[in-house]
Amino acid sequence: MSDTHAQTVAFVRESMVPPADPPLGETGIFKWVRENLFSSWLNVLLSVLSIAFVVWALAHLLPWFLQSVWDAGSLTECREIRDARYGEGAASACFAVITERWNQLLFGFYPPEHYWRPVLAFVLFLVAVSPVLFQGLPRRLLAFTAIYPFIGYWLLWGGTIWGPLLVIAGFVIGWGAFRLAEPRLGTLAAAIAAILLPLAWWFFAVGPIAGDLAQIAPIGLVRIGSGDFGGFMLAFIIGVAGIALSFPLGILLALGRQSHLFIINKSCVGFIEIIRGVPLIVWLFTASLLLNYFLPPGTNFDLMLRVIIMVTLFAAAYMAEVIRGGLAALPRGQYEAADALGLDYWKAMRLIILPQALKISIPGIVNTFIGLFKDTTLVVFIGLLDPIGLSNAIRASTEWNGIYWELFVFIGLLFWICCFSMSRYSMYLERKLETGHR
Amino acid sequence: MTDAAIDTAPRSPRLSVSDEVAISIQRMNKWYGAFHVLRDIDLTVYQGERIVICGPSGSGKSTLIRCINRLEEHQKGKIIVDGTELSSDLKNIDRIRSEVGMVFQHFNLFPHLTILENCTLAPIWVRKTPRREAEADAMHYLEKVKIPEQAHKYPGQLSGGQQQRVAIARALCMRPKIMLFDEPTSALDPEMIKEVLDTMIELAQEGMTMLVVTHEMGFARQVANRVIFMDQGQIVEQNEPEEFFNNPRSDRTKLFLSQILGH
Ligand SMILES: Nc1ncnc2c1ncn2[C@@H]1O[C@H](COP(=O)(O)OP(=O)(O)O)[C@@H](O)[C@H]1O
Ligand SMILES: [Mg+2]
Repeated sequence: MSDTHAQTVAFVRESMVPPADPPLGETGIFKWVRENLFSSWLNVLLSVLSIAFVVWALAHLLPWFLQSVWDAGSLTECREIRDARYGEGAASACFAVITERWNQLLFGFYPPEHYWRPVLAFVLFLVAVSPVLFQGLPRRLLAFTAIYPFIGYWLLWGGTIWGPLLVIAGFVIGWGAFRLAEPRLGTLAAAIAAILLPLAWWFFAVGPIAGDLAQIAPIGLVRIGSGDFGGFMLAFIIGVAGIALSFPLGILLALGRQSHLFIINKSCVGFIEIIRGVPLIVWLFTASLLLNYFLPPGTNFDLMLRVIIMVTLFAAAYMAEVIRGGLAALPRGQYEAADALGLDYWKAMRLIILPQALKISIPGIVNTFIGLFKDTTLVVFIGLLDPIGLSNAIRASTEWNGIYWELFVFIGLLFWICCFSMSRYSMYLERKLETGHR
Repeated sequence: MTDAAIDTAPRSPRLSVSDEVAISIQRMNKWYGAFHVLRDIDLTVYQGERIVICGPSGSGKSTLIRCINRLEEHQKGKIIVDGTELSSDLKNIDRIRSEVGMVFQHFNLFPHLTILENCTLAPIWVRKTPRREAEADAMHYLEKVKIPEQAHKYPGQLSGGQQQRVAIARALCMRPKIMLFDEPTSALDPEMIKEVLDTMIELAQEGMTMLVVTHEMGFARQVANRVIFMDQGQIVEQNEPEEFFNNPRSDRTKLFLSQILGH
């Protein structure tokens, strides 16, 4: 390049001028502001209006936040402190309600001396989900994930340890039955045995045996009924259980809906359409009221458990449709290549089809999760004390009568943190799974 | 079409063909609804044969070879592959599929897996080969198709020709007895066709039983020991390549050859 220049251009610079910083108007924030906020007249107008609005909103909100009262026993006390500190009638938030009712907002009426149990359950929950969420962690942690539901249940509700252990034993029985029966009776018979035997075990054997064992070796925690559960803990338990259960169920429903087997196909379609076509609140009322008519009298079928089942079924129907979209988006060639290699149906689904279909469906799946999580607030209508229910109770008390915003801001913030984390995680996952497509 | 790609390559010696039957198709018929796609197909393929199937678009070539590994179901007649008759028995189907490799027009690699994982997946999960061994095998075949250095990339990062060679390696990793190719070069840019055909020629020279649907007549002349012409769901004519190209018997074959070689 320089050679040719030397011959064709009359002047060639011999010494280079050192590069100069660009003029102030061409760098950093100035450039950005000019290009993004004031590039045209319309843009200038919109920018000015938006800035004006933000300033106006902050002018009203900031004092309310900044001049807040955090230590008071009641709203009246709050007002007195405010009048003393910031002057009569000043805008001031009374977050004292949150500090004072903190435990109640988080745990409902769970006995305070047992608060360590939900806290421990939550910490262990974080350990249990981490290998599912992040690939880099040791795979052996997944074994802990598998037994966590039982640990979590036992910590939260307490009771004898034999119950959860015997329920786990049911899975072992199913697995053993399958291994024993498969070589002799074939896959189908073995699968049926592997489902029926554990069911029989759970329904008929676990109760009495757990009772006997508890007599012999009374190991356990104090039993705490669902009625004492409340606050954000309640929403979190229902939400997490619903998410964890509705995901696999949704996958099965989506696969069932694709199936060529008439009965499976039609029952999945029927299930999805019926569940999805009725408002969740109706299902929740069904869970709280109607089930009593159908269940044999005297059965004590925990209300929270019923709610979890309903929320799960409801979310699974949505999930199934989201995943079906992902399945439909895969080219036929992927199914054919998997078939041509001799992979059977379940292996093809697990190794080839679902990883791709689920990846495509991540935004929709997380959308459903977020929806489910927020829908847990609906349980207030059937008398469970979720955060909304508790806030109603708190506002009905003499101390805090008349307080609104502070509670709702706090509850909203808790939900927002959870939902926003899910959203960020889904974006992280999408980026991580990107393989520079087809 | 692109004969030039191969005509320069040296003629390979015709390999002897055993008299052991690899595939036997007897009076096989298939319908799509009321549409009769395949009519009374009779075909015996001996081990080590290289058969090229050609014919106009829509004549049923793909359907025929897809019936052989049961990607499509036939309704009448018999297909016996490697001594096992194809029926609705799933065990038989999976067994036959693991003996028969298939290469598709659009590669159909698994985009979420690396090249190496694409190749080891079926050996590990179907053949139960230990991972180490499967990986060593896969590297061997990737070297054979001349792309070992791409082993840890994803399919989306490879060119079409490279992807198709990976697809061939992936099929070979199952150590199939028979390989089916459905227009393996039709989706490729001209400059990539040769690299794929070269791989297939090498495979043929090693004695693999191959059924190849293709319009690469240079390839047919060079490696096929039999060329089959199909039209409207029937096998119209089959012959040794020399005879087939120089002395086509039916008018339909003549017309087809004049169209395909004409320009
Ligand atoms: N799934 C299908 N349903 C209905 N018709 C089909 C289907 N697949 C292929 N056909 C028809 O069968 C005929 C043969 O198709 P194909 O075997 O793909 O032909 P070729 O590979 O020779 O071009 C075509 O007319 C095509 O339209
Ligand atoms: Mg075709």
